[in-house]
Amino acid sequence: MLWLLFLLVTTSHAELCKPDAENAFKVRLSIKTALGDQSYTWDTNEEYLFRAMVAFSMRKVPNREATEISHVLLCNVTQRVSFWFVVTDPSKNHTLPAVEVQSAIRMNRNRINNAFLLNDQTLEFLKIPATLAPPTDSAVPVWIIIFGVVFCIVIVAITLLILSGIRQRRRKSKGLPEVEDAEDKCETPITVENGIPCDPLDTKEVHLNEAFVPEGERLTPL
Amino acid sequence: MEKARPLWANPLQFVFACISYAVGLGNVWRFPYLCQMYGGGVASVVVSFFLSMYYNVINAWAFWYIFHSFQDPLPWSVCPLNANRTGYNEECEKASSTQYFWYRKTLNISPSIQENGGVQWEPALCLILAWLVVYLCILRGTESTGKVVYFTASLPYCVLIIYLVRGLTLHGATNGLAYMFTPKLEQLANPKAWINAATQIFFSLGLGFGSLIAFASYNEPSNNCQKHAIIVSLINSATSIFASIVTFSIYGFKATFNYENCLNKVILLLTNSFDLEDGFLTPSNLEQVKSYLASTYPSQYGEVLPQIKNCSLEAELDTAVQGTGLAFIVYTEAIKNMEVSQLWSVLYFFMLLMLGIGSMLGNTAAILTPLTDSKAITKHLPKEAISGLVCLISCAVGMVFTMEAGNYWFDIFNDYAATLSLLLIVLVETIAVCYVYGLRRFEGDLQSMTGRSLNWYWKIMWAGVSPLLIISLLLFYLSDYILTGTLQYQAWDASQGQLVTKDYPVYALVFIGLLVASATMCIPLAALGTFVMRRLKRGDAAPVA
Repeated sequence: MLWLLFLLVTTSHAELCKPDAENAFKVRLSIKTALGDQSYTWDTNEEYLFRAMVAFSMRKVPNREATEISHVLLCNVTQRVSFWFVVTDPSKNHTLPAVEVQSAIRMNRNRINNAFLLNDQTLEFLKIPATLAPPTDSAVPVWIIIFGVVFCIVIVAITLLILSGIRQRRRKSKGLPEVEDAEDKCETPITVENGIPCDPLDTKEVHLNEAFVPEGERLTPL
Repeated sequence: MEKARPLWANPLQFVFACISYAVGLGNVWRFPYLCQMYGGGVASVVVSFFLSMYYNVINAWAFWYIFHSFQDPLPWSVCPLNANRTGYNEECEKASSTQYFWYRKTLNISPSIQENGGVQWEPALCLILAWLVVYLCILRGTESTGKVVYFTASLPYCVLIIYLVRGLTLHGATNGLAYMFTPKLEQLANPKAWINAATQIFFSLGLGFGSLIAFASYNEPSNNCQKHAIIVSLINSATSIFASIVTFSIYGFKATFNYENCLNKVILLLTNSFDLEDGFLTPSNLEQVKSYLASTYPSQYGEVLPQIKNCSLEAELDTAVQGTGLAFIVYTEAIKNMEVSQLWSVLYFFMLLMLGIGSMLGNTAAILTPLTDSKAITKHLPKEAISGLVCLISCAVGMVFTMEAGNYWFDIFNDYAATLSLLLIVLVETIAVCYVYGLRRFEGDLQSMTGRSLNWYWKIMWAGVSPLLIISLLLFYLSDYILTGTLQYQAWDASQGQLVTKDYPVYALVFIGLLVASATMCIPLAALGTFVMRRLKRGDAAPVA
């Protein structure tokens, strides 16, 4: 009797879990690629952990809180490491619909990956696409900030250069008439020598060296 | 009192200016490409004007990439996700992430030159910034340009040295170097190799653009120009070779990386199809296992066979890319795989920027010098206003290149604005100096200026060899243009994720013809104009006498 029961159970198992069965999923692990020297060997204990993780994921689905580890069936384990799995209902006669299993695994993918120290690429569930992490986008794109900084610096530098150029030109154009004024002023101060005023040469009139104008006319009347 | 002509503060500034101008992007991107393919008045001003219009767009792109280099991860190293976040963007998957960033995010390129699209505001902003920077440098004339060129000439060398050290220590660099130094003898016999080499050296040294003449006009007359000519030429060629070594070690790294990636993909494919043990297949036993599998599981192997790519290191190295492709796609692909990629990226694009600005200074000097020299214009406008006006006009025209089809117009300018006209201008210059002005008179002028007599080598080269070479180059170029028939361009196909060849529409061909003609026609037109003016003057003088 026991043998018959055993045969029944294994055949039912075999029917429920086989490659390309209904609601069955293939899993592929690349442990050596991911971990290299620190890789672990895949044995029945690891399989038990896997079944536990799948059961855990299913228990999070509403209406499926009663899923047990024994409801998860594994088959066709290869050296790759790859295998197929199905999740059965409590009666162990039917498999749960693929859609439910798919959504449960997608929700808990991160936990399953971490349990095996793998990631989305090295622990693959074929036919269950992984949700990729969106890139972190800041409110203002970074490049505009840097652009703004450089732009402002360049504008400030240009304005400074233009202003200094204008100032230089004004100074030059002011400088030339100032030089001419100074020369005019030089002509006006009257130098006094020995109490006698010496007028500078008056080029407009006759060239008279007034230093030789006889002083006697002023000081002593003849 | 007349204002003295501004001078370079010391001869070193002049040499640096020439080097900075000559050592441009051409050395970094065109010379290595050519190495790989084969084991260089009014007309000058026109060509310089065309050049300055489109060249600054490259600086705008360099700015764009620098601003985007301050992110982790670099935006061109990862593909963006598609709408429902289950995979990557389709266009990005088909092409590579660096190509996607270049063609979609930077250029937002349209499928053909006919579809113009609108002006993209991001590249437009960068272009405005690039022109502002150029304006800042040329604002004060040689006074400011002289200081800037110290920087723009020496910094690229520093960065190239840093890259040389990093490049040579990369995994797979030796593959690239070995590839660079093995000549393809059958290509050396191809005259196109020599034509491209000659055009490259012309373009690289900036001959015929008038920039060297402009720079030299700010020199003291007693300046030893012979020595400087030799120095600048030698430095330019040495820089090209130096840059090639850097570029090829980066090539080798990229090719090796892609080759190993390809091998890993094949290994993964086989491992998954035959459920082999993970880690069993290695690049060394790949061929053996393949033949074993082919014999043991022939049907299954037959199914997988179409997907197995033949990975070849030679094929990776053979993907010759030049110009904007090399600078913005190949290099960024190599950089994203290095550690601390943000630093390398910033360094690299900063160097590109320095090179580009150095060359732009030369171009704008070529345009501004004749303008600032003419009294008619300087009477009404100050120097700053003239420079500002030139920059503004060039910037406005440059907005064409920021449109969606802008890159196609950029390629037109890049390929046709300079090549034929350059050769012609230099030919005319050489003949004018040697035969019309007279080599003896020129010799006498040099002797009186520098105190040194002209070596016979220069005389033979200028009077004989150079004109012959240039004429033969011109003939080859023309025959090549005629033989190829209609002109074609490379357009980016978003659905396939690769470049496709298309024919130019009629109006583009007309534009190309105008471009080439406008520069070359200036010489005979100017000559005709001078002739007519002289005739008129003689006609006026006769009745007076």
